[in-house]
Amino acid sequence: MSAVEQGGRRSVTLTSTGIVYLVLVFVVVLAAILTATQGRNFFSTGNLTTILTGTGVLGFIAVGQTLVILAGSLDLSVPYVTSLSSLVAGGIMAGQSSNVLAGVVAALAVCAVIGLVNGLVVTLLDVHGFIATLGMGLIISGYLATNYKGSHGEAPRSFRLIGATRIGPVPISVLIMLGCAVLVILMLRRTRLGMHLYAVGGNREVARMSGVRTTTPVVAAHLLSSVLAGMAGLLLLSRLSVGSPTIGSQGGYDLMSIAAVVLGGTLLAGGKGNVLGTLGGVAIFAVLDNLMSVMSLNAFLKDAVRGLVIVAAVAVYARRDTHRRLARFERPSVTDRVLEEAR
Amino acid sequence: MRRKLIRGSVAVAAVVALAACSTDDVDDPAPQAEGSSEETEGSSEEWFVQADYDEQFEQRSATFEGDPEQPWLQYIDGEMTDTSSFAAKGAKKVCFSNASIDNPWRQTGWITMNEQLKVLQDAGVISEMETRDAQADDNTQLSDIDYFISEGGCDAFVISPNSTAALTPGVERACETGKPVIVFDRGVETDCPTTFIHPIGGYAWGIDTAEFLSENLEEGDKVVALRILPGVDVLEHRWAAAEKIFEENGIDAVDYFTGADPTEIKSIISDELAKGDVHGVWMDAGDGAVAAIEAFEDAGADLPVMTGEDEMSFLRKWEETGLTGLAPVYSNFQWRTPLLAVEKIFKGEEVPKEWVLPQVPITEEERAQFLEANDGMPDGHYAKFGGEDLPGYPDVWQERIIP
Amino acid sequence: MSAPTVVPVSGARPPIPEHRGGPGRRLVEALQTPGGGVFVLAALLLVAVVVANPSFGEPGSLIRFVGRTAPIAIAAMGQYFVIVSGEFDLSMGAVITAQVVMAGNLIGQDDGKVVPVLLLMIGLGVLIGLVNGLLTTLLKVPSFIVTLGTMLALSGLVLYLTGGAATGNPADSFRNIGRGGIQGVPVLEVIPYPALILLVLAVGAVVLMRRPFGRTLIAAGDNPEAARLAGTTLWWLKTRAFVLSSLSATVAGIILVGYAGVHPSVGRGYEFTAITAVVLGGVVLGGGRGWVLSAAAGAFALELLFSLLNFLGVESTWRDTVQGVIIIAAVAVAGRAWSAGRRPASRSPAGPDPATSPATSPATSPASPGTPVPGTTQGES
Repeated sequence: MSAVEQGGRRSVTLTSTGIVYLVLVFVVVLAAILTATQGRNFFSTGNLTTILTGTGVLGFIAVGQTLVILAGSLDLSVPYVTSLSSLVAGGIMAGQSSNVLAGVVAALAVCAVIGLVNGLVVTLLDVHGFIATLGMGLIISGYLATNYKGSHGEAPRSFRLIGATRIGPVPISVLIMLGCAVLVILMLRRTRLGMHLYAVGGNREVARMSGVRTTTPVVAAHLLSSVLAGMAGLLLLSRLSVGSPTIGSQGGYDLMSIAAVVLGGTLLAGGKGNVLGTLGGVAIFAVLDNLMSVMSLNAFLKDAVRGLVIVAAVAVYARRDTHRRLARFERPSVTDRVLEEAR
Repeated sequence: MRRKLIRGSVAVAAVVALAACSTDDVDDPAPQAEGSSEETEGSSEEWFVQADYDEQFEQRSATFEGDPEQPWLQYIDGEMTDTSSFAAKGAKKVCFSNASIDNPWRQTGWITMNEQLKVLQDAGVISEMETRDAQADDNTQLSDIDYFISEGGCDAFVISPNSTAALTPGVERACETGKPVIVFDRGVETDCPTTFIHPIGGYAWGIDTAEFLSENLEEGDKVVALRILPGVDVLEHRWAAAEKIFEENGIDAVDYFTGADPTEIKSIISDELAKGDVHGVWMDAGDGAVAAIEAFEDAGADLPVMTGEDEMSFLRKWEETGLTGLAPVYSNFQWRTPLLAVEKIFKGEEVPKEWVLPQVPITEEERAQFLEANDGMPDGHYAKFGGEDLPGYPDVWQERIIP
Repeated sequence: MSAPTVVPVSGARPPIPEHRGGPGRRLVEALQTPGGGVFVLAALLLVAVVVANPSFGEPGSLIRFVGRTAPIAIAAMGQYFVIVSGEFDLSMGAVITAQVVMAGNLIGQDDGKVVPVLLLMIGLGVLIGLVNGLLTTLLKVPSFIVTLGTMLALSGLVLYLTGGAATGNPADSFRNIGRGGIQGVPVLEVIPYPALILLVLAVGAVVLMRRPFGRTLIAAGDNPEAARLAGTTLWWLKTRAFVLSSLSATVAGIILVGYAGVHPSVGRGYEFTAITAVVLGGVVLGGGRGWVLSAAAGAFALELLFSLLNFLGVESTWRDTVQGVIIIAAVAVAGRAWSAGRRPASRSPAGPDPATSPATSPATSPASPGTPVPGTTQGES
C-alpha cells in the first residue's frame, strides 16, 4: 500500500511519504527506549491501545482536512462540526439502540449540509477557505452555546461498543477510521473526482482552462471533510457516551489536523500530497503524546515540544519536496491525465 | 459510498463484539442518572435545579466537622464510606488523572497538591504519584484513565474530571478495578467513587455574590456579569443562582462571555459605560477583575460594587481602590484533600461519601489579614490555598514552580 | 496558498493607481475596491454604532475607541506584511502573550528597568521574527506550520517559565504607554498614546510600502518566481516581513500591558483576529494584493462590530454567530466587487493591485483608457 500511492507522481510522493514513515519509525524507536527507562513496555497491549485510540479522532478529521488542503482550501470549522455531530446524534439516540441508525444518519446529514455550504461559499462566493470556514466555525459555535447547555443526549450501549471494543490492541474505531481512509484513497486514485481535485488544487486556472469544472472537486472536498469530522464526533459520542458542545474545541482539532496533514507531506498550497502520509503524521503525534505522558512531562512543556517537533519534522523533507519549480512542471501532467480521462 | 461504509463498519463491529474480543465495560448507567443529563435547548433555566440550589443554600450555614484550622479536612456530617477493606500497610502508588492546569486556580492547587505529596511521601504513606494531564480534553482524559487501569500499577486513583457526564464512563471503569477512587472538584454522574471531594458548589457562590450585590445596590441598578465561558457546569451554576437572585431583587443584569481575557473585559466594560451607568460588576472568576476596575477608572466613572474571587490581583486592587466588594471563594485548598483521603483510606478510616468542604467568601474585614498572609505571592495566587503549613511555603508558591 | 501563475514576468508589477484621474474620482474608484470598501464598511458600522448609542459619537469617546483599537490595528498591519508576501503568521498571539508576561515579571515596580526591558522585548521580537522568517524561507517549511510551531513552543515555554501566571502588573510608567495619553486637548479631552503610536506606525507602514521593499514584497507575494528572476533576494525579503510582524506584535503587547494589564490570556486569539482584519481589509490570502491601511481599517471594522453587538445587547451566546455571518458576508461582497472590477482586465493572472482594479474597470475606461503609466516597474516616483 505504501509504495505506489499516487500513480502519476512516482518518485516525489514516494519519497515524501517514505520520509514521513521513517520519521514515524524514528519516533517509535525513541519512544520505546524512553518508555523502557521508565520501567514500562512500549509494546504492551495497554500502551499500544492508548496510542491507537489517540489516532482515531484526529485521524478522521485529518483525512478530511487532507482532501480540503489538496483542493487548495482549508477547513477551520472541523472542531465545531465534530461537537455538533456528537450532540445531534446523541440527542436523537437518547439512549435507545433503535435510534442508532437515525442518529448516525441525521448527524452525518447535518455535517454534509455544513460542508456543502462551506464548499459553496468558497467556490461561488469566492471567499477564501480560511475565512469561510473560520466564519462557519463561529456560526456553529454560537449556535452550540445558545442551544446546548453542557452535555446532551446519550449513546446506547450498542453504540458505545464501537468506542470500547478492540481486536487485540486495535480499537474498532481505528479500523473504521482506516476504512474511511482507504475509501478516500481509492476516491483520489481511481475516480475522476480525485484527479480533478489534484488538478484544481494544483492550479485552478489551468484546470479550468483544461475543461475541469473547478467547483465540484472543492465542494466535494469540503463536504467530505465535514462528514469525516462528523464521524469523529460520532466516535467521541461512543467514547464519552454523551454529546458535548465543547468536545471538538477541546482537542484543538483545527490546527492539529492541518499540522498532521502537512507533517504527512501534503503541500499546504494544495495539489500535491496524499492520505497515507497524513495517517503517518497522525501516528507521529499519537506516539509523541503518549511518550510525553509516560515521561510525565509538564503539561506546558508538552505544547512546546509539539511545536518544535512539528517544525523539525516538516523541515526534514520540506526543503526538497516543496520545490516550486518541480511542482509546476508536474502539474500540467496531472491535467493532461485528467484530460485523457475526460475523453 | 459512505453510508454503505458505516453499515459495513457497524456490521463488522457487531461481528467482532460477538467474537468476544476485549471490550471495555459499557454497561448502561442506572436509569436514575439520565434525568440530570437531559438538559436541552433553552435559556439558563435548564442549569437551575431548585433542589441543588436549596441544598447549597442550607450548606452555606451548615456546621462542619473537624478542626477549623484545617479546613481541607472539614466536612459536613453525612453518609460515610467504610474503607476497612482497603486497610493496608506500606507506601502506596497513587495515579492522578488531572483535567488540566490551564488556569491560575488549577495551577495554584496543583502546586499545593505536590507539596502535600512530599509530606506524605516522607511519611511513607505514598510511594509515588503518577500524573497524566489531559490538557482539558475529555477524550484524552478517558484514555489516561484507561492507561492507568491497564499499565499504571496503581493502588489508588485520584481523578479531577474535565467534565461531568463525559468522564462518567472512565470513572466507572476505574471503580471496577476494586481500588479506591477519589474524585474531586467537578463531579461525575455515578456514586461509585470512594469519596467525592468538593467545596459547597456553584450555587453557593452565586447566592453569596448576588445577595451581596443586591444588598448594596438599589432596585433597577445595572450589573454587568463577566463570565468565562458557557457550558461548564460549575460555572453555569454560579450564574444560574445569581441570575435568579438578581431577577428577584429587580437588578438589571446583563451577561458576557470573556474567556477571562482582560482585553475583552475592558472593552466590554468601556462599552457598557458608554451606554450608561454601571452600578455593579459580577464575575464568575477573579481573573481579569483588575481590568474591569481599570475600565471604570479610565472612563472616570464611579467604581462599582463588585464581586471577584480570592485571587491576589483582585484582593490587592480592591484594597487599593477601596471599592465595596466581596471575594467569593471556590476553596483552592481542596487540592490537598485527595491525598489526605488516600492516607485515611489505606489506614481503614471511614471517609465521607460526599466530602463537602467549607466555602466561605472573604469579606472586607478579613481582607487585610489575607493580604498580609500572602504578601509576596504572585497576582495569580489564591489567598485560600491552604498550604501555609507545608514544607515549601512560601517559596514554591512565590516562585510558582509547576512540577 | 497562492495560485501560482503562468504569466510573463512583466506582469509582476501592478500599475500604480495614484497616477490616474483626479483625486475625487480616485477616491470614488478606490472605495469600490475591497481595499477601499472596508473603509465604507467601517463607516457604516460607525454610523450604526452611533445610532445605537449616540454618546459614542462624541469626540472624546471616539478617540478613546481609536486608542483601544490601536493594538489590534497595529497587529493587523504587521500581519499584512506577512500575508501580502504570501505567508501566514500564526505566532502573533503567542508573541504578545510572551511579551506581556515578560514585561510583568521583569520590570516589576522598578522604573529604572523600563528602558532595558523595553529594549529586550524589541530584541525578542526581532529574534522571533528572524526564526519564523528563516525557517520559512531557508528550510522551506510552510509558514503556517513554522508559526504554528512557534506559537505552541512560545506559549508553552512562557507558561512553563512563569508557572502560568505573571507576578503582577509592571510599574505605572511602563503601563502608561498603553493606558495614558496627552491630557487637556481641546474637543478631544485626551489623546491616548496608543492612538499616536498607531498614527506614527501607519504613516511608517505606508511609506515603507511605497519604497522598493514594499513594492517587491507585493511582487514576491504575487509571483515569487518572477520576483526571484527579477533579482530579489526572496529569503531576506520575506524574513524582514516576519520581523515586522513580530515587532508589531511586540508593540501591541506593550500597549496591551497598559490597556489590559498582565495576564497569560492577553493576546490569545490575536493571530486570528489580525488575519480576519487583514482579510476584511480586502487583502488577499496568498499574497500579492492589498493595501496596508485597509488592514488597519479592517481592524477598526471588526472592533466596531464587537461594540455594535455590545450596544445592541445581542445575547452573549449568539455573538459568535453574528460575527461569523458578517465576516463571511463582508469578504464575499468584497470578492464580488473585486471580480467585477477586474473582469475586463482580461483576467490578468498577475492580478492587479486592488487599488488599481477600478482604473481598468468599464466604468472608468472611457476617461482613462489604459493610459500607459511611466515608471510602473520599479519603485515610486
